[in-house]
Amino acid sequence: MLIRPYGDTRDDGIIQFSFTLPMPYSIKAADVGKQFLEKLGFHTVGIAECKAIDPEYTLFVAYGRTDTGIDPDEVKGDYLEVEEMDYYAINGLIKEKLGRKLSVVGAAIESDAHTVGIDAIMNMKGFAGNYGLERYPEMDALNMGSQIPCAQLLRTALEREADAILVSQIVTQKNIHVQHLTQLIELLEAEGVRERFVLVVGGPRINNAFAKELGYDAGFGPRTTPLEVASFLAQEVVRRHEQA
Amino acid sequence: MNDALRLNGDLVDRARAAASAIADDIQQHIEEHTTDTTERATLRLLGIAGVNEIDVPLVNVVAEHARDLLPGGIMRPFVDLMIKTGTSAQEAAAGVAAGDLVLTEVPADRRAAAEARAVELAEEGVARIDAVRARRNELVAQTGEPLKPYVYVIVATGNIYEDAAQAQAAARAGADVIAVIRTTAQSLLDYVPFGETTEGFGGTYATQENFRLMRAALDEVGEELGRYIRLCNYASGLCMPEIATMGALERLDMMLNDSMYGIIFRNINMQRTFVDQYLSRLINARAGIIINTGEDNYLTTADAFEKGYTVVSSDFINEAFALRANLEPWQIGLGHAFEINPQTPDQVVYQIADAQLVRQLFPGYPLKYMPPTKYMPGDIFQGHIIDGMFNFTGIFTGQEIMLLGMLTEALHTPLLQDRYLSIKNAKYVFKSCRDLAGEVTYKPGGMIEQRANDQLLKATEQLEHVRDISLFKALEDGEFADVKRDPQGGRGFEGVFKITPDYFNPFFAALREGRMCGAPEGPAPGGAASATEGGH
Repeated sequence: MLIRPYGDTRDDGIIQFSFTLPMPYSIKAADVGKQFLEKLGFHTVGIAECKAIDPEYTLFVAYGRTDTGIDPDEVKGDYLEVEEMDYYAINGLIKEKLGRKLSVVGAAIESDAHTVGIDAIMNMKGFAGNYGLERYPEMDALNMGSQIPCAQLLRTALEREADAILVSQIVTQKNIHVQHLTQLIELLEAEGVRERFVLVVGGPRINNAFAKELGYDAGFGPRTTPLEVASFLAQEVVRRHEQA
Repeated sequence: MNDALRLNGDLVDRARAAASAIADDIQQHIEEHTTDTTERATLRLLGIAGVNEIDVPLVNVVAEHARDLLPGGIMRPFVDLMIKTGTSAQEAAAGVAAGDLVLTEVPADRRAAAEARAVELAEEGVARIDAVRARRNELVAQTGEPLKPYVYVIVATGNIYEDAAQAQAAARAGADVIAVIRTTAQSLLDYVPFGETTEGFGGTYATQENFRLMRAALDEVGEELGRYIRLCNYASGLCMPEIATMGALERLDMMLNDSMYGIIFRNINMQRTFVDQYLSRLINARAGIIINTGEDNYLTTADAFEKGYTVVSSDFINEAFALRANLEPWQIGLGHAFEINPQTPDQVVYQIADAQLVRQLFPGYPLKYMPPTKYMPGDIFQGHIIDGMFNFTGIFTGQEIMLLGMLTEALHTPLLQDRYLSIKNAKYVFKSCRDLAGEVTYKPGGMIEQRANDQLLKATEQLEHVRDISLFKALEDGEFADVKRDPQGGRGFEGVFKITPDYFNPFFAALREGRMCGAPEGPAPGGAASATEGGH
């Protein structure tokens, strides 16, 4: 069934906008904003605010309606479907099925100096009320921090006989993250060890489909909790272990 | 009025005494060592600039060439070479880079002459910094001094020309301080890139030419607005004192310049960082630059509610190091942050307690208050309100440098309109709550007073513990930000040298002697009576 944005009546198709145009404010600015939205296919456009934020730039806040609809059932994608478990169930699964600690190494790689993502998932303290992987008694988790060269990450993963590698990429300007992520895959493949690890990437511009496209096993986007990552790791490592 | 909260004065004295002892212990280490970047900064202070044919800065070429001489200080051999060859500092450096000139130990009979000349050159170098500082004073007097709190925003496009345009737009919208975020990983470069740059990742290279371009853009817009617009960058990373030198010469007004940030968050060797922060701060002190410390970062890794006191401890330590590097209190922008989880009941009550505590502990210091980042949501509307509460806490507790939060903090580097909306948010809150703090008093023994004294007690206990085990050991144990560092590990350790008994560097004395005092003064915009808004 087609649905449209819901403003205050079903199917009214109301969307709010805010954007800046690189033009000085003038008496006709509101019409420029309005016609721009009409060109995008919106109708019944209302300019709520239109003012100079600088001599050279004008800010618009506007509303418009669309007749375009979408059917959610038609949207298909490569979504990571993980059965979310709780902390105790995860530890229990590892202990029972793997029979040893699950070893995981994580880092923000290459020039990325931001630890916020990897810390949220791995640090003892965790994030959003969830413990980080370091807290899991059945995991041997090492957070290497930021700016870790791919080669060093791999060396550490091999030394620790890691089951999984977690990579965080926060900085995405000019797609630098794609370059780094590709570099890691190429290194793993060149060394012939890609299949040894469950390879996971997380970051604000990452989703599962994109991660798979790059050659990773899974990708996690914003708002991911440690529990989601831990659930995936435990299930995937156990699955591979049972297959082997 | 600085007794809004009744704090335990004995604890304040104990905390300060412990921080002082901690800094004295490290200061001894500092005075027994030099680093490659300290020596390179010395060469920059002589006026050497430029790069060789493969873009390596001449100061790096010279320091590398004379690596064996660095423990005695680069100045004596370098000035001796200038005298022998009749060259200027720049010519001598170029000669060394070309392989035409060679630096050697200075024979005993040439030492006195080299040293006397070096002292003169150091005085000339420092005079160049003084002239820049005098120029700032003159410009502030002419164009006008903004009201406090300063509205501080960031630009980070990677392209210095784009940065300049965005900075001018931000100033027109109300910003008083523009910080140019550095490209990611510049802190780990062991050299300072040269020339203007238009490419960066998540920021723009700090180069002397970029400093100059941005300075010119801000002077231009400041004149238009009748407010002196301050420029901020980062004297941090592996080239801390070199960047301080460049900032001093290009009239930066603020520098992120923390005594421990690089150790904890960039894994730069701690022995090196302490040595480097000393010269960088002496330079900032001379140049009339306000330093900003980075305690806010602790709360992005450790929890702000539980570990808020580590910010207070670290502020005391940064204060102690800063005073030892000749900075005046008005130049010491100690950092703290609004990072308690917004889901916490009474979050703002606790934030007020923490912010008011720091305010009262460091009267006369231009505190740098950092906005929420860790828990900022993708829901920008909610984020805008959280930023509003940050602004409220800032004005209510009399913070002086407000780094504004952006509603899109969780999403991307700020769009032009984000910065504008954020400035509007802050200006509204500052104006509408300007006199609130003077109208209310804190409940004696209430939640705020209790939290503040509790944080003060924990900070004091931590400082005394750190004093007992030494700061090196405390950093090894992860006392700050839950990050553990090895005194022999981290980046740049190979560039730390124990100095020889006859180490010679006349800049240390020259930077201290006859320094100008006091902050620049100018007319308040719009004839406002008070130069400060808000706070008790």
